[in-house]
Amino acid sequence: MTRLSADEVQHVAELVKLKLTAAEIELFASQLSAILDYAAQIQEVDTSQVPPTATVLPLRSIMRDDVTEPRLSVDEALANAPNRQDSFFKVHAILDGSQ
Amino acid sequence: MTPAYELVVGMEVHAQLLTQSKMFCGCSANAFDTEPNSNTCPVCLAMPGMLPVINRQAVAQTIRAGLALNCTIGAEAVFARKNYTYPDLPKGYQISQYELPQCSDGWIEIDTAHGAKRIGITRAHLEEDTGKLVHADGVSLVDLNRAGVPLLEIVTEPDLRTIEEVNEYLTRLRQLLVTIGVSSGDMEKGAMRMEANISLRPAGSSSFGTKVEIKNLNSFRAVRNALEYEIRRQSAVLATGGQVEQVTMGWLEHAGRTYVQRSKESAHDYRYFPEPDLPPLAVSREWVAELQASLPELPLARRSRFMAAYGLKLADADVLSADRGVADFFEATLQAVGGVVTPHKVAHWIMGDLFRLLNEHNLDRIPIPAAHFAELLQLVARHVINANTGSQVLKTMFSSGESAARIVERENLAQVSDANVLESAVQSLLAAHPDEVARYQAGKTQLLGWFVGQVMRETRGKANPDLVRQLLQKYL
Repeated sequence: MTRLSADEVQHVAELVKLKLTAAEIELFASQLSAILDYAAQIQEVDTSQVPPTATVLPLRSIMRDDVTEPRLSVDEALANAPNRQDSFFKVHAILDGSQ
Repeated sequence: MTPAYELVVGMEVHAQLLTQSKMFCGCSANAFDTEPNSNTCPVCLAMPGMLPVINRQAVAQTIRAGLALNCTIGAEAVFARKNYTYPDLPKGYQISQYELPQCSDGWIEIDTAHGAKRIGITRAHLEEDTGKLVHADGVSLVDLNRAGVPLLEIVTEPDLRTIEEVNEYLTRLRQLLVTIGVSSGDMEKGAMRMEANISLRPAGSSSFGTKVEIKNLNSFRAVRNALEYEIRRQSAVLATGGQVEQVTMGWLEHAGRTYVQRSKESAHDYRYFPEPDLPPLAVSREWVAELQASLPELPLARRSRFMAAYGLKLADADVLSADRGVADFFEATLQAVGGVVTPHKVAHWIMGDLFRLLNEHNLDRIPIPAAHFAELLQLVARHVINANTGSQVLKTMFSSGESAARIVERENLAQVSDANVLESAVQSLLAAHPDEVARYQAGKTQLLGWFVGQVMRETRGKANPDLVRQLLQKYL
């Protein structure tokens, strides 16, 4: 029986930029643990003789010719944006430590 | 560098591939200086339900680069999702070849102070570019014109030992990619962006020190400056008995320093998995053979041939083979002069007068046909014009586009080799300068040069200088 720690849940939440309450961390810790248990169960199957599966479709090498096609207008591209400034999508300031 | 430590560097280069369209959709791959977000479609905007389709030319260019880098070309490449959250990445993941890259296990040769050295290429794989962020007052602005443009990522083994080797590697790599037409190599447009993995170790040690990754290096100069800075920083840490921390750093070009972007603890966990929207990419042997046949002669092979076939020195052969346009021009000229002018002379004219004019006109391509250039060199070799006049004619050729013979005829520049004409010019010069004649005759023979100069001036530079010298010696 896996038991994810609060720190581990917090780390995953940070990777996907989610802000969780203590109660949510508790809830997801038990739900995610159950999922990991299920994965662990599948991992018991011996696959040493089976090549890794990248796809279940019988398709290979679907490619297109290198030609350009009509694009969206700037207004169409930005139609769903919650915020725009001139022709840009506008988001909260992103800091990477250089500022 | 403090000689107590040895530098160990591995490079990652992202080269923008020369294609018409983006990696997975039909938007343009060449959207520099266009209005932000004017080059997008539902695929590169990551609208729900949209599906990527692989650009065949991007794959072809990747394989061609891999072949030129002596890589093994994988019979099957698989695209994966590299998951991370950042506003320049609309899907929330970048599609990139991960476990099964297109090209692996190759090498490139570089020159070092100790002779030729092979730098191992770990892998060269295909991925898509992100959008661009502009940081403004308290907000970040996102432009997705570039999102999805095909990139070739080339990763070396930690084989580079000095800053000069790093610079030489980047120069040779760029030369190779440009020669085979895989990338423009245009640094100002971001066609090559670099990351350096750097560590120091005690001289003589065979294990590696803790490495630091430096991102955002957009020019060879930035790579050099960042490495110099990190060598100083890490040497100081080690010299005082400290430990270098494993971190990802950025480079601030204007401030001339690195800064920590991420520590080891907060390193990204990209949660790679095979891209379910793209079937694996099987590459047939026939296609690889076809792409191999499409490669031109590579710069180093051409350099060796220039030395063997034309007797050029290494330095000259290196300059003439570095750019495919120049190398082709050199050989086309040689063919056109048909033995009248030696390869050495042709090389001399290209690296001297021609390069000077290219610089003055700020050109990166030679604007005159090799046939015209060959004709000019023949006129000089046959003494129809002298070398100085030749330089002048070449200058005119650059601006007017006319042939050399036409310019010589129109401007009446043919060298005066008529002994009668020159004889009278020499005689009247001597008659006009009795003092100098007396001094020459009294032993001041250096004055000969002055007399030659006077005759050349008199004839507007057209006199055959050898003949003038002979005549002067006869009458003095």
